[in-house]
Amino acid sequence: MNDKKEVLLKIRDLRIEANTDVNRWDEIVHGVDITLHKGEVLGLIGESGAGKSTIGLAAMGFTRDGCRISGGTVEFDGMELSNMPKPQLRKLRGARIAYVAQSAAASFNPSHRIIDQHTESPLQHSLGTRLENEADAKELYRKLQLPNPDEIGFRYPHQVSGGQLQRAMTAMAMACRPDLIIFDEPTTALDVTTQIEVLAAIRNIVEQFDTAAIYITHDLAVVAQMADTIKVLLKGNEVEEADTQTMLDSPKDDYTKSLWSVREFKREQKPAPAASDTPVVSVKNIDASYDGQINILHDVSFDLHRGRTVAVVGESGSGKSTTARVITGLLPPSAGTIEFNGEPLPPRHTDRSKEQLRNVQMIYQMADTALNPKQTIGEIIGRPAEFYEGLSGSQLRRRVNELLDMIELEPDTYYRRLPSELSGGQKQRIGIARALAAKPEFIICDEVTSALDQLVAEGILRLLDRLQSELDLAYMFITHDLATVRSIADHVVVMQYGRVVEQGPKDEMFRPPHDPYTDLLLSSVPEMDPDWLTKLLESRGEDGLKAAGN
Amino acid sequence: MTTFSLSLLAALLVISVLAYLYRRNSMFVPSAVILAITAIVTLYSGESGAIVVARLIGIVIGSSVAAYFFRALLIVLLRGEAKKALQTAPLTAAFGMLVILLYSIAALFAPQIAPYGESEIVGSSYALADDKMILGGDQLGRDMFSRLIYGARNTVGLSIATTCLAFLMGTSLGLFAAIRGGWVDQLLGRMVDTVMAIPSLIFALLLLSIFGTSTLSLILVIAFIYTPLIFRLTRSVAGNIVVMDYIEAARLRGESTWYLMRKEILPNALAPLIAEFGLRFCFVFLLVAGLSFLGLGIQPPTADWGSMVRENATLISYGEYIPLIPAAAIALLTVSVNFVVDWMLYRSSGLKV
Repeated sequence: MNDKKEVLLKIRDLRIEANTDVNRWDEIVHGVDITLHKGEVLGLIGESGAGKSTIGLAAMGFTRDGCRISGGTVEFDGMELSNMPKPQLRKLRGARIAYVAQSAAASFNPSHRIIDQHTESPLQHSLGTRLENEADAKELYRKLQLPNPDEIGFRYPHQVSGGQLQRAMTAMAMACRPDLIIFDEPTTALDVTTQIEVLAAIRNIVEQFDTAAIYITHDLAVVAQMADTIKVLLKGNEVEEADTQTMLDSPKDDYTKSLWSVREFKREQKPAPAASDTPVVSVKNIDASYDGQINILHDVSFDLHRGRTVAVVGESGSGKSTTARVITGLLPPSAGTIEFNGEPLPPRHTDRSKEQLRNVQMIYQMADTALNPKQTIGEIIGRPAEFYEGLSGSQLRRRVNELLDMIELEPDTYYRRLPSELSGGQKQRIGIARALAAKPEFIICDEVTSALDQLVAEGILRLLDRLQSELDLAYMFITHDLATVRSIADHVVVMQYGRVVEQGPKDEMFRPPHDPYTDLLLSSVPEMDPDWLTKLLESRGEDGLKAAGN
Repeated sequence: MTTFSLSLLAALLVISVLAYLYRRNSMFVPSAVILAITAIVTLYSGESGAIVVARLIGIVIGSSVAAYFFRALLIVLLRGEAKKALQTAPLTAAFGMLVILLYSIAALFAPQIAPYGESEIVGSSYALADDKMILGGDQLGRDMFSRLIYGARNTVGLSIATTCLAFLMGTSLGLFAAIRGGWVDQLLGRMVDTVMAIPSLIFALLLLSIFGTSTLSLILVIAFIYTPLIFRLTRSVAGNIVVMDYIEAARLRGESTWYLMRKEILPNALAPLIAEFGLRFCFVFLLVAGLSFLGLGIQPPTADWGSMVRENATLISYGEYIPLIPAAAIALLTVSVNFVVDWMLYRSSGLKV
């Protein structure tokens, strides 16, 4: 059917260079071809650094600072964009090509109303009056199923939720009825339940207006719902391209196959600990609040046993991270106690002994902010060993080498490096090594894999699993990703609005019947089936979608 | 119109036209502006005006060439990170570094360079410049040139000591407030606000008239006045750092406040602090010179640029430019320091070319 349609975007042998050093340009995109017909959706997938966003921006004739198009052609509707003068490009952008960024919260100007930002682009391109455009904006909000479409545009960006803002941004991209929209990871920052409504809204509106789109993501299950064809990228090279069904059923390239198989890592649930066994950490009837008035946590209780993993799941705002803060002693609870090996822990971390502090360690979500950028790897990993055990000199060095071996990084290569010289996955490994350096019995893993590519995340999960069986560690895994839960947890705690909705062994939790909220969470995880979203929306109906959204 | 002024104008015209034709905006705008100024000056004051303009152009070109060669020399001499940084350094920064280097040499080796002693009377008062005294004598017949070189040592040395002290106090208090937060932060913050509410020059005059004008009290008073500004900067920079996860990790490890300040926060706050150091140095320097000019700074017979301007100020009314030389020395140093600081700010802001 594509042959009948007109070609909208034709990219041939696109090469992009980045300025990496003084007077040095390195090629980061090595000759990529894209052919996009009118009304067609192309999914670009690959790990971070694959050049997805760079190619997406180049389709608008744009490169980031420090990058340049060094070869090839970008032809949009018969016009060559790569060498088009800026004034002409400005006429195209916004009007005929639009862009939807990953984080709507960071992309909206916080000091202007949503609708004013919406109408800016059509007014700039002299498409109708302000009133006409406002009416049109409301119409689009209605189509995107935003609550109170007539009124929501007059709010400021911080007054609406993340998922609503992402839909408002899609509406904004549609304002001039462009021929092509570039979606750059529009749902990556959202919870699974919110992701569904945004995906449904985007798909709906792209179909209605017959808009072509490039959908950039690293989530295969998501791209399967959205795209007609999928192109897989690796380090600036095209790996393969095929229509969605073919790509899912029979990927040709080994790299693509490895991407497809990532989700298969699954550890068997360990046998339940003996009833007489004292839990390493026992959370008992915790209430907590930040301001002393409004309770964020209500009566939260669960136990963590030696060598086992408890996964705490829930959407953002459900109190998962607050629970972690209470256990570490950063936020003293207003009621309830935390017991460590049967002994109560002082509520405040400043009142805890060195021994108590040593035994509770934490691994953070963003390895970038969790490692001091001015300290070398040796200093970062060595400090807990130096601090708790008083190691120094060659003893300390030996311990650091041992830790680097444990996390599968070559000691001599990495000892002197700075965090900025490591990849995302390596940084996360350093975070793990720092936690291990204290020789703890219990580690809190706060969304440790959610900022990583799937292949890398799987490596981290396998590493954590191996370390758990070697060192008999107890893990508390905070996550919103149910695939992670499925692969590593022994016991699952589902949280919503600061309460434990349901908890139990993993195998039981993934079998119905469920609490309605657990059910909603489980059914919202995208599956690698192109018809999954359609089927899900049908089964939920209008009410289901609204329940997911609010 | 003489041939000299005509040829000057013609040369400028050719440069402007060439720059326009080859679309070099960075060349065209300054050359066109200089052309216009030269034309006006020449019309009003003829040949003598043209000579002044030509001299000024010569000075600018001369210092650019000096800066260029200095940068090339540094790039050859240095290795690693510093070399890489210098390759992208603008000429203004190289010029600033060259001037700072020359001043430091003058300050360090003053006794060797200066032909006469600091307070040695060589000739008659207000002696004219000759072979013996290349810049003439001051009101007591001391050699202006020698005093200028000794002045570099006194004025610059005092300013550096003061700035360092202010930074030591401001940075440690700022880091402490950022880490502790709560009432410690509030208390320190409000105390600093109170000190900052008083105009700095008047406050300095007041404190100096209470504590006397010894070098020590001068250093302490000026450092005290500038500490609040550095406190505020450190507090705000550190405020963005203390919320990082690595600080939380260090806190949960049980690290002391001193360790957090020294090892976790300070290295990350260093770039803006260094830039601020350069900028603040200029202000301190101007304040020291200003106080000397008012008679409350460095006391005679110690040579100091601020008081040298004051002592010889009467000469200005006779059309002599000699007393302006110490003032020019102050201006040149502050401009140079700012050139270097601008470049460092640009680099630390991450906006690399």
